[in-house]
Amino acid sequence: MLAYILRRIAGMIPTLFVISLLIFLIIELPPGDYLSNQISQLQAQGEAASVAKLEFLRREFALDRPFMERYGVWVGLWPGPNGFDGLLQGNWGWSFEYSKPVGEVVSGTLLLTVILNLATILFVYIVSFPIGIYSATRQYSWGDYGFTLLGYFGLAVPNFLLGLILLFLMNQWFGVSVGGLMAPRFIDEPMSFGKFLSIVSHLVVPTVVIGTAGTAAMIRRLRANLLDELHRQYVTTARAKGLSERRVVLKYPLRMALNPFIADIGNLIPSLVSGSVIVSVVLNLPTVGPILLSALQSQDQYLAGFILLFVAMLTLIGMLVSDLLLALLDPRIRLGKGAAA
Amino acid sequence: MNVIDMRDLVVEYHADGVIRAVDGVSLAVPCGKTVAVVGESGSGKSTVSQAVMGLLPSAARIASGSIIFTDPATGESVDLATLPRDGKAMRAIRGNRIAMIFQEPMTSLSPLHTIGDQIGEAGRLHQGMDAAQAREATRDMLRLVQFPDPDRALGNYPFELSGGLRQRAMIAMAMMCRPALLIADEPTTALDVTIQAEILKLLRDVQAELGMSILLITHDFGVVANMADEVVVVYQGRVMERGPSREIFSAPEHPYLKALLNAVPTFDMPERLEPIRPITPKLDAFGEPCAVPRGTPLLQVDRLEKVFHLKQGGFFSAAKTLKAVDQVSFDVNAGECLGIVGESGSGKTTVAMMVLRAFPPSSGAVRIREGDAWRDISTLEGDDLLAYRRRVQLVFQDPFSSLNPRMSINEIIREPLVIHDVGTAESRDRHVRDLMELVGLDPKMLRRYPHSLSGGQRQRVGIARALALKPDILVCDEPVSALDVSVQAQVLNLLSDLQRDLNLTYIFVSHNLAVVDYLATRIAVMCKGRLVELGETRAIIDNAQHPYTKALLAAVPDANLDRPLDFSLLTAGRASIPELWPAPYTLKPGEAPVMVERYPGHFVCAPGEASGFEEAA
Repeated sequence: MLAYILRRIAGMIPTLFVISLLIFLIIELPPGDYLSNQISQLQAQGEAASVAKLEFLRREFALDRPFMERYGVWVGLWPGPNGFDGLLQGNWGWSFEYSKPVGEVVSGTLLLTVILNLATILFVYIVSFPIGIYSATRQYSWGDYGFTLLGYFGLAVPNFLLGLILLFLMNQWFGVSVGGLMAPRFIDEPMSFGKFLSIVSHLVVPTVVIGTAGTAAMIRRLRANLLDELHRQYVTTARAKGLSERRVVLKYPLRMALNPFIADIGNLIPSLVSGSVIVSVVLNLPTVGPILLSALQSQDQYLAGFILLFVAMLTLIGMLVSDLLLALLDPRIRLGKGAAA
Repeated sequence: MNVIDMRDLVVEYHADGVIRAVDGVSLAVPCGKTVAVVGESGSGKSTVSQAVMGLLPSAARIASGSIIFTDPATGESVDLATLPRDGKAMRAIRGNRIAMIFQEPMTSLSPLHTIGDQIGEAGRLHQGMDAAQAREATRDMLRLVQFPDPDRALGNYPFELSGGLRQRAMIAMAMMCRPALLIADEPTTALDVTIQAEILKLLRDVQAELGMSILLITHDFGVVANMADEVVVVYQGRVMERGPSREIFSAPEHPYLKALLNAVPTFDMPERLEPIRPITPKLDAFGEPCAVPRGTPLLQVDRLEKVFHLKQGGFFSAAKTLKAVDQVSFDVNAGECLGIVGESGSGKTTVAMMVLRAFPPSSGAVRIREGDAWRDISTLEGDDLLAYRRRVQLVFQDPFSSLNPRMSINEIIREPLVIHDVGTAESRDRHVRDLMELVGLDPKMLRRYPHSLSGGQRQRVGIARALALKPDILVCDEPVSALDVSVQAQVLNLLSDLQRDLNLTYIFVSHNLAVVDYLATRIAVMCKGRLVELGETRAIIDNAQHPYTKALLAAVPDANLDRPLDFSLLTAGRASIPELWPAPYTLKPGEAPVMVERYPGHFVCAPGEASGFEEAA
């Protein structure tokens, strides 16, 4: 098992390199870069002094070199103007737009993004499982139809609309301040119990909004999977043993229906990050989504590249976790290789 | 005293109207006896068992009648028909006083839980055992059902066990609370004959030890003859006849029962099977029969081998391979039916697939006669290969999955003609209608789709499709194993008529010796990829030489009370392990299986006798 984990982690390294190359390639596909755009803008206005500074910056960040060299300098495989100084050496790059190192730009938001994503995943699973099980075991009942209708609402109502309505209601009923992930007075404060409570109360709306569509989809899939499993022979065997219906369902078919959802953990992360951009903009959430969007628009390439790489990394870790969980939960995967004959 | 006393049970299904699956069935299961409920599929026999267990599907309900269950341990009686299905009272009986085993050992156990967990669960539930006690009781039960290594089996998962062992585990699970009644719903149908005999013996041993009653649901009269004290024959939800099994077998009265008994193929029955619903094929609709004269060799299988790669070799591990077919040689003569018999995993289907060139052999060759010359089929390319495909056709095992549900019968039978570009649109229409009549189907059915046909009708459509190109050789891969006895007889008779009149050559692959005996002129017995015996049908059946063939023959349950299975001959699976065969039959791993001609035309695999005159074989 340990060898398997090590092999998987070793396999992630080349994968990350390929992903980083692709990310870099795609970000650089539009003509020009952040600095050359600035230069041409300044030249049009006739400000020659600033142009010289920008030209210096271009050399400083090796933007005047060929593509593969630029990539090598970014990753840290190729000596740049300051020697080997790239991602591998812990230098996450420079954001031109914010005139700050990338690390400083994203440090606060990354943690909040991870927290928000974890909360959303938990929300999706906690809400969809009981409802999915209920719908499957009481197929075509009023409750089943009701949840189905609710699920379609969840899928069909635009996220930002739902977000705005919920924000209004939260403000009206509980006095939670509109937008953001904490009350304005806690921003830039050190962590305290009050700040923690504020973050939790502000997490509710974004979690529900981002999670609704995923929850609705997952209820439908769990219901379908479970319905398939409920008619299997081994369920009848369990009933023939005299188990109560609740224990039959929870012990046998649910375990079988679980696999696709565990396999899904890895896929959920990128879709949550990219899917929540609009919501983050509308709800004014300090997550990486909006930063990524503006970085891509202004060709702030090192910032965009780092965020994308970070999401890719999360995805790979998620996939590793889901594979390990699958092996843990399903003996056929854990032991199946040797017993194939 | 009767454990179960069922009176006028009526079970109705409410789906698009009301269907009576069980219509006034009365039966009694005496204490410590075995009662068999026999019938075709759709006769309602399984519904009877579900009603007793309270496991009826939600669309079904018991409309009237009673099922009085009397527990011999306490003497208390309760009417199971009135208990709520999922109520506490029913659950306390289910799995505790009445237990059940099912047909499919492959799917009846949860793949994600250990055997020990699944068996012990009943004990924890009904007898309040804690985990350690349940483990101990489970180990005892596994020993009772003769698991080779009960301690290890506790931690095994179902997919690590063979079908026979899984069924043993199911029986252990049912026995856990020492029930008063065991319901066995087709307990051996999905198993090989030798395993079936062992499971039947096990059921009888366990019954003798625990003194329980068995309600046996089956369609197999061979199993009934060996197990049942009393027999109840059901047809369309009604009891046709019932009585002690001696009366049922020696003096059947109801015409349905008589017909059913006549439709079962058994050894030593030269006469024709009598199907319950006979069909009349129009045999002149086929056209020119095969040009090669009867009795001369048409196909040659020469030292055929097939190696499958189970797992690719890595840096640290050698590749895992399985020799599915090992040096198999035989001839097939024109106009004969060569039966290939063996248990699952014997390589019989692999040989058939290589004859069809569905995949290439690892070594060796299949040769076909072309005029006076022989041609290795692996050298066929392009038009020659297409011509070979016309000469050799296949009838599949499963009539349900081998017909495309989105094609009409007309399209299905016509497709080979289209692929091989035979004839014009009009001549194809005519030919398809002829083929339908050839297999005894009404051409009016041509517009219908497979789902509206019965299993037997579908299999006949499959045969018509295989005959569309007027082949010389028909490869039949277990063509009747998925069919009911009555329908089986119908299809077997059709195949036998077609062969006689059309000079067809069959390669008939089956695990059922009685079926092969009915149809085949010669039999080839295979075990673990090796050909172990080859000869005329009568010679093999009456004068079997090889220990494996003998074991196979001894394990076939005969629908005749005077010839019960001799359980003392059972060898606990040892008969199918080549290393354990006695000399001169012993085959060490890697040793070449050499055939010796014991009698003229009767070959047996005996490497011990062959030293010195290998050339002669």
